[in-house]
Amino acid sequence: MAEALARITKLTDLGMIQIRADLAAAGDAIAAACGVAIPAATAMVAKAPRRLCWMSPDELLLVLPLAEVPEAVVALTAALEGQHALVLDVSDMRSAFGIEGAKAEQVLMKLCPADLAKMPADGMRRTRAAQVACGVWRQGDGFVLIGFRSVSDYLLGLLNGAAQAGTQLDPR
Amino acid sequence: MLTLTCPCCGITAEETELHPGGEAHLKRFGPGSSDGDFEAYLFARKNPKGVHFERWRHAYGCGKWFLAARDTVTLEVFGTYKAQNPHPTPEIVASIRAKRPDWQPDWTETKTSSAESLTE
Ligand SMILES: [Zn+2]
Repeated sequence: MAEALARITKLTDLGMIQIRADLAAAGDAIAAACGVAIPAATAMVAKAPRRLCWMSPDELLLVLPLAEVPEAVVALTAALEGQHALVLDVSDMRSAFGIEGAKAEQVLMKLCPADLAKMPADGMRRTRAAQVACGVWRQGDGFVLIGFRSVSDYLLGLLNGAAQAGTQLDPR
Repeated sequence: MLTLTCPCCGITAEETELHPGGEAHLKRFGPGSSDGDFEAYLFARKNPKGVHFERWRHAYGCGKWFLAARDTVTLEVFGTYKAQNPHPTPEIVASIRAKRPDWQPDWTETKTSSAESLTE
């Protein structure tokens, strides 16, 4: 009996804060409040235990331990006071999954129309997994995939299905 | 398969990551316009065999709208550009001309329109 292509785990300790602002004007204030530098487009900056991800030209996502969320929301809100900006705790509307193992990439290759093999170590790729939106970054020997909590069961089913033993993409 | 490079984030996305938005560079005719102009704004669309300009949204990505120039027959993509442009950019025009020497733009360049002064 072959092994599953990857270990799929649900990550339950990830807090997420959505930040929408004019990044050119507010970048320094956001970086100072997060304690993490502003990432380049389609990239992320990891500074354990935090991770600041570039989501769009006017949107960032701060990923951090759940316990640090309330304090970070207060700090960011204060830093962006007076600007046309949004700081929102979105932890409860997102789900995150770990996809770990040597063939983790193959699991995502089946689900996402993105060339994840070419994604750099600090890449943050927004794409879709089958029929739902998701975001993917590299972590350890695999990936983390985030999606909406409302489709959490669907995502977990997809990932486990795509990771099923014996379904590797290499020639047998 | 159609792949377009989003000018807002730089990701080269394939068709299923994008949402089509129809013809680009439509001028809105709203309250106070003539019935004819309003009807044309709502319903009249170009349907060219060849060079065409379209709106697309990077739906499964950065979420931004952008514009694309492509050939409706060969599906060749001449380029993509930001939605703030009131007309296809000189780079896009040059890229089309390089491949379709006989093609003629059907708009007249105006100096500075209000759309050009919009910030992104
Ligand atoms: Zn984009």
